[in-house]
Amino acid sequence: MSKPILEIKNLHAGVEGKQILKGISLTIHPGEVHAVMGPNGSGKSTLAAVLAGRDGYDITAGGVLYQGKDLLDLAPEERAREGVFLAFQYPVEIPGVNSTYFLKAALNEVRKHHGQPELDAMEFLTLVKEKMKLMELKDDLLKRSVNEGFSGGEKKRAEIFQMAVLDPKLAILDETDSGLDIDALKVVSQGVNKLKSADNAQLVITHYQRLLNYIVPDFVHVLVDGRIVKSGGKELALELEARGYDWILKGEAASVV
Amino acid sequence: MSTATETIEDLVKTEYKYGFVTDVETESAPPGLSEDTIRMISRKKNEPEWLTEWRLKSYRHWLTLTEPAWQKAHHAKIDYQAICYFSQPKPKKDAPKSLDEVDPKLLETYEKLGIPLRERGRLAGVAVDAIFDSVSVGTTFRKQLAEKGVIFCSFTEAVHEHPELVKKYLGSVVPYTDNFYAALNSAVFTDGSFCYIPKDVRCPMELSTYFRINAANTGQFERTLIVADDASHVSYLEGCTAPMRDENQLHAAVVELVAMEGAEIKYSTVQNWYPGDENGKGGIYNFVTKRGLCKGRNSKITWTQVETGSAITWKYPSCILQGDNSVGEFYSVAVTNNYQQADTGTKMVHIGKNTRSTIISKGISAGHGQNSYRGLVKIQKSATHARNFSQCDSMLIGSKCGAHTFPYIEVKNTTASVEHEASTSKIGEDQIFYCNQRGIATQDAVNLIVNGFCKEVFKELPMEFAVEAQKLLGVSLEGSVG
Repeated sequence: MSKPILEIKNLHAGVEGKQILKGISLTIHPGEVHAVMGPNGSGKSTLAAVLAGRDGYDITAGGVLYQGKDLLDLAPEERAREGVFLAFQYPVEIPGVNSTYFLKAALNEVRKHHGQPELDAMEFLTLVKEKMKLMELKDDLLKRSVNEGFSGGEKKRAEIFQMAVLDPKLAILDETDSGLDIDALKVVSQGVNKLKSADNAQLVITHYQRLLNYIVPDFVHVLVDGRIVKSGGKELALELEARGYDWILKGEAASVV
Repeated sequence: MSTATETIEDLVKTEYKYGFVTDVETESAPPGLSEDTIRMISRKKNEPEWLTEWRLKSYRHWLTLTEPAWQKAHHAKIDYQAICYFSQPKPKKDAPKSLDEVDPKLLETYEKLGIPLRERGRLAGVAVDAIFDSVSVGTTFRKQLAEKGVIFCSFTEAVHEHPELVKKYLGSVVPYTDNFYAALNSAVFTDGSFCYIPKDVRCPMELSTYFRINAANTGQFERTLIVADDASHVSYLEGCTAPMRDENQLHAAVVELVAMEGAEIKYSTVQNWYPGDENGKGGIYNFVTKRGLCKGRNSKITWTQVETGSAITWKYPSCILQGDNSVGEFYSVAVTNNYQQADTGTKMVHIGKNTRSTIISKGISAGHGQNSYRGLVKIQKSATHARNFSQCDSMLIGSKCGAHTFPYIEVKNTTASVEHEASTSKIGEDQIFYCNQRGIATQDAVNLIVNGFCKEVFKELPMEFAVEAQKLLGVSLEGSVG
């Protein structure tokens, strides 16, 4: 088996002294799609934030290896340049900053990091047009400021479009389905599926099973109170949908007793 | 405090690049202000009797006034007797007749500042009048401008060569009775720029004045007068720098613009006077009166300012919209860092019918900086169907700075429409993290965000100066694509 892209080992993390992640272990190999599901407040978004390097979280125990390197040692922008991409639950608006310009700056940071020449305006536009076709994106979105005045669906599509351009090794999708109607959900999921390859991996974080009808995971992990309490194949998600989180919560209680 | 905030604060702590002093011999009047000082200045400049009298009238009026105290900015009391009111680089023989005779050290100074004073500047297509301390050092491109009938010279020369124009318009927009600093300026102004664009002429190049305070304990009191005759067009830029000194220095300028029927004046400022050090010591007090009169029908005046310097900036470039259908615009970016204070904005006075005004103000505060927008929109009874749109946005970087907005609106005509929008935002750690997560380092992220915030104003600046302004804010050039 190929070397893992991501190895999370006994990760403990919290905010201002409050423990949120209480020992998470998870290994992701190239070509795999993992889903982390869990009720509100179980630590799903914290996991995404810690992996991406958001400020304000204390790592109290455990560690994360990304392609064999200590991920937690890298600044957030270094993680991004190394190929870690976070599709935000709430993409941030940057008024007055043109989306195309922003994305070109981001891509060129990645290219510089890998010793590749920066793309000039023409080369970049060629790449963008190709990726836009893939995402079925209207090109006026790129003429607007980053996420400014975008609808919920447009924001999520723009995130996945950025992912397409930046071509990450590890994509973390944080509740990408939240706030999407069924049509938008389909489009976004199709985009994500097209980006799947044998070299990269996806970590899909979601509350609801419905996203997993479109992005089919190889593995499903159930996160409850900062711990992965159950792992399984894609059928686990369906079972959760049918029986609710209570089923797991009771099971966990039973196993603790 | 989080690391992101610390980094932001490091970033705004960039040092002042233009703080050097040029070692030239200067001829200065002793400090202090009296009728004798004024007569001395007038004599030095060989001025006609009427101007000396006008100065003295202004001085006598000034004596009756007290320093205004209504602005948000605070400063120690200014001792007007401790200021030197006249300083000029010592002439070798007489005044320089051409640029070749200008002290090479002065030219070097302007080169350091990036001003294309020599005719090399032809490439840049910008005609420059440079004011060093109190006197005009030389005006480039005069010949090419003269072919079109454009007059662009120092104020002193204008007094001698075009007395009828100066006499007609001096004080016609900002009378010496206007305010404390305008009265002081009228009494002691030493030089400045004068510009006249004849009827139907589109000025073939950007005109520019560069101001520099060099001598210590010197006040700079320049006066700019621009008259655009019927259906003419001119774009004008001023830039300002000063050496780093521990004492505060006073800069009290007056700028008057007159636009006749169908004329258009675009006046852009990049103000980068020395702001004082990080503890608030030293820096320029920039107390300036700028006003434009849209005298004729269909005339238009646009003020664009990027204010990054000065310990205290206190100015309100304004438009009197007298002609029917005339248009006034004000676009402003003001940055305050460390202990800088800015109280700036505009006045739009609507008198003519169908007059329109637009105000876009962007204030950025960092460190302990205090940034106030103060603006007046006044619609007089005669101004039927006048329209105004105002937008005032403030951005805060860090937690010790402040942003304030004081909009005043007076409407005396019921057909008028006045809109005001305001917002205050903090440079978001969310925004920075979002950029970081896309591979963009924090410094570049801040530049990107600030630049985006100011975009509406930068796009109003002439191209060359937009670039300078963006650099000045420490931002990388944006927008080569899209």
